[in-house]
Amino acid sequence: MANHCAMSQDVLIKNGTVITITDGVKENTDVLIQNGKIKSIGAGISAGDQVRVVEAEGMYVMPGIIDAHSHIGIDVVNEATAPVTAEVRVGDVINPYSVSIYRALAGGVTTSHAMHGSANAIGGQCETIKHRYGEEDPEALKMEGAPRTIKFALGENPMRVHGEGQGIQPKTRMGIEQVFRKAFAEAQDYETSWQKYNAGNSQTAPAYDIRKEAVADILSGEIIIHCHSYRADEILMLMDVLEDYGVDKICFQHVNEGFKVAPELAAFGASASVFADWWAYKFEVYYSTAYNAAILTKNNVVTSINSDSGELIRHLYHEAGKSQKYGGLTDNEALRLITINPAKQLGIDDRVGSIEVGKEGDVAIFSAHPLSIYAIPQMTIVDGIVRFDIETDPVDMRLDIDPEENMPSFYELDAHDHHRCMEGVFEDLFTDQH
Amino acid sequence: MATAQQMAKSESGSFLLKGATLVTVSDGTFAGDLLIADGKIKTIGENVSLPADTKEIDCSGKYIYPGMIDGGTKLGLQEVGNVSLTSDHNEIGDFIPHMEALTAVNPNAVSIPVTRVNGITTALVVPSGGSFPGTAALINLIGYTPDQMHANFKGVVLNFPATGKRGWWDRRSDEDIKKESEKAMKTLDDTWKKVKLYAKIDSAAGSRKKVLEGYNPAMDAMLEVANGSRHLLIEVNKEADIKAALKWIEKSNVNAILTGVSEGYRVAADIAKASLPVIIGPVLSIPGRQSDKYDAAYTNPGLLHKAGVKVVLRTSSYENVRNLPYNAGFAAAYGMGTEAALRSVTLSAAEVFGVADQFGSLEEGKIANLFVSDGDPFETNTNIHHLFIYGRKVPLESRHTLLYEEFLERDPGLEK
Repeated sequence: MANHCAMSQDVLIKNGTVITITDGVKENTDVLIQNGKIKSIGAGISAGDQVRVVEAEGMYVMPGIIDAHSHIGIDVVNEATAPVTAEVRVGDVINPYSVSIYRALAGGVTTSHAMHGSANAIGGQCETIKHRYGEEDPEALKMEGAPRTIKFALGENPMRVHGEGQGIQPKTRMGIEQVFRKAFAEAQDYETSWQKYNAGNSQTAPAYDIRKEAVADILSGEIIIHCHSYRADEILMLMDVLEDYGVDKICFQHVNEGFKVAPELAAFGASASVFADWWAYKFEVYYSTAYNAAILTKNNVVTSINSDSGELIRHLYHEAGKSQKYGGLTDNEALRLITINPAKQLGIDDRVGSIEVGKEGDVAIFSAHPLSIYAIPQMTIVDGIVRFDIETDPVDMRLDIDPEENMPSFYELDAHDHHRCMEGVFEDLFTDQH
Repeated sequence: MATAQQMAKSESGSFLLKGATLVTVSDGTFAGDLLIADGKIKTIGENVSLPADTKEIDCSGKYIYPGMIDGGTKLGLQEVGNVSLTSDHNEIGDFIPHMEALTAVNPNAVSIPVTRVNGITTALVVPSGGSFPGTAALINLIGYTPDQMHANFKGVVLNFPATGKRGWWDRRSDEDIKKESEKAMKTLDDTWKKVKLYAKIDSAAGSRKKVLEGYNPAMDAMLEVANGSRHLLIEVNKEADIKAALKWIEKSNVNAILTGVSEGYRVAADIAKASLPVIIGPVLSIPGRQSDKYDAAYTNPGLLHKAGVKVVLRTSSYENVRNLPYNAGFAAAYGMGTEAALRSVTLSAAEVFGVADQFGSLEEGKIANLFVSDGDPFETNTNIHHLFIYGRKVPLESRHTLLYEEFLERDPGLEK
C-alpha cells in the first residue's frame, strides 16, 4: 500500500475522451486536478514538472461513479432492536481496512452511501463516504459536509423483523404507516416542549431524547430520507405521510414498483435509486421489471442505479448499460444514473457527479466506453489521489502478512455479498441462498 | 393477448432468415441465409430460395447466433427467493442422487420467458443441498411439460467435501472445519465403496436374470455413474479441494465434469492434464479470498481456457439466468476473448453435455435453437429481434416487457 502521507492531490489526465456528463463528451481533452479539485478541462493543458501525468489517449475519462446504496466499509449494518432507531449512526462503525472499498475503486466507484440496513421502519443515520482506501482513520473516509441522511424501510423486511420475529407492531403495511405517524407526532411534541422551554414558558427542561432529536431533524428538513421500498401502495403511503408533516426530501431505494407510480413520484419530487435487474428474491419484487430505471427516467423522476452489494458495486457501469437494453436510454441518460443523479440524491451534486471546473477531483478512467462490456477500469482517482491503478494493482491484498498464518480463509458461498440489508438479523437465512 | 402467467403462443412452421451475418461458432462467421423447417436448421447458404409455406424474415444488417446454454441454474426450481415453499432444488437428505430436478421443473415459471428473451435457449437445472443432492437435467426453454423441455442430458451431482468457510457468517473454528471435511471425505469414500459393491451385485444379479430385493432408489441412481455411462457433476471450488477431487476422480474412475472451480486457475495445468471439462460461474463474483486480486473471478475462465481446459459458463441463478451473456462478456474482456467466451456458452456446453450433435452451433441438421440480434449479444445495447427454440418462433415477451408496455405511459396518469 502506498505511503499515503506523501500522496499528491495533483494529476494531469491527458488526451482522453472526457465524458463530462453535464457538458457533453469532449475528445482529445485534458483534465487537470490541482489540490484535489478540477482546475481546468481543455486541450493541451500543461502543468508543472511535479504534477503526475496520466496518458489517457484512447481511453475514456468519466466522473467517479457514485453508489447511492451500499454497505461496504462498515462493520455492522442493522440495529434491528426496535421499529425506530433513528439515533444510531453508521458513521460510527466505518472500517477503512475493508477490502470491499478497494474492489469498488477497481470498478471506478469513488463515493458510496454507507447505509443502515432495512430491518427497521426507521433505521439509523447513514454516512456518505469517499473511497480513500489507504487512510487508516475511519473519520478520514467521511465526506465532510455531506448532507445527513437516514434509512427508512417499508414492506417485508420490517414486517418480518418486528411482526414475525419480535411479535410487535408492525406486522403489516398498515402497521408500518402508523410507526411513521407515531414517530413524527412524538417528535413534533418533543420539539414543541423544547420550544416552550427555550422561550421561557416552562420551568423544567424536557428530557433529552437523542432518538426524538433525530426524528425532529427529519421533520425540520435537515436529513434526507432514503427509504427501502418495493410495493406501489407503500410508496404512495409514505409520500402521503410526509406530505402531512411537510417533509419533502426523500429518495426511494430499490423501489422496484416505482415505475407503477412514476407520475406520483415525479409530482412529489421524490427521487428513486433502483437495481438494474434484481427481482423475484422476495414476493414484493415478484412483479418487477428491469425496465424500471428507464420508465422512471422517461417520467421525469431523478433515478440512479445502485448496488446494495459488495459484488455489484464493482460493475455499476455495466449495470447502467442495462438501461439501454431495457428501455433504450441514451449514453448520457444511462451514465447519469451512476454519476450526477446519485449525487443529487445524496445532496452532493454541487461537489461531485460530473467533470466540471471547481468540482472535486473524483475521476474514473476506462480502457473503452464505460457502457461497453469490454471496458476495463484502468485508474480511479479520489480528490486528486490515485487510489486504484491497474498497473500497480497488488497480487496479494493483505495489509500485513503473518508468517504463521495458514492459507487465508476461502469463502465458498461469499460470491455475491449482497442483500446485506438484512445482515445481523437473520444470518441463517443466507446460508442457503444459492 | 398475454395474461398473468403465460405469454403469447410460439409459432411452428418454416422460416427463412435472409441476409444475416451467421455466427455459426462451429464453422466461422459469414453472410448468408438460414432456413428453418421441421424444427431443424434445414439449409445454410447464400441466396436460399423461399420454399412453399415458408415465412420470410428479413435479417439484413443483423446477426444470427446459436441459442445460449447456461451450464448451471435453478431455473424453474425456484419461483420467489425467500418463499421456501417455492423452492424445489434442495431436498432433505445427504445421499439422495435419485432426486430428479427434471420432474420438479415448473414449465410455467415466470422466469423462463424472462430468460429466453435475452437469447438463452437452454439451461442445466441443478439440485442443491447435501453431498449427493440429486440428478441435474438439461432443458430447452420452451414446452408445457418437463418432458417436452428435456434436452437429453442428465448428470448426478456431487458436492465434494469442502475445506473452506461457507461464508463470512461461518463461525466454525479451523479445527472444526477440518474435522467436518475429513468426516465428509470418509463418508464419500464409504459411499463410493457401497456404490461399487451395489453395482457389482446388480450386474451379477442381472446376468443371472435375478431381481434384487428391496427398494434402493439412491443406489439405483448411482449405477450408471458407477459404470461411466452417466456423468458425475462435481462441485468443487477451493484449490486444495480441487486437488483432492482430482485424486478422487482418478481413483474412482468416474466420468466427471468439474463445476464451480472458482480457484481453477491455481491448478489449471492439473485440470488440463486430467482432461476434465469445467463449468464456471457466476463470473460476476467477488474473489473467494479476501487477499485475492479483485478480478480473480473475471480472469479465471480465460486462464483455464489458455491452459487447454474446456470451459462452460453458468449463472447459478433462478431468476437472472438472462445475465449469462454478460458473465461471458466479462470473461471475454478479462482474458478469454470473445470467440472462446461465445463458444463456452454455446458449442462447448453442448459438447460437455453430450448433445453437440443436436444443437450448440449453426449447422444444417441441428435443432433450430437460435436468435437474431442487431449486434454482439454480450453488449448491453444489443437487442434481440427474433428467437427460435426447437424451430418454433418464440414471442419476445415476458412479465418484464409487458409491465414496460403497461407503465411506460400510464393511463390514467396523475388524474383520478
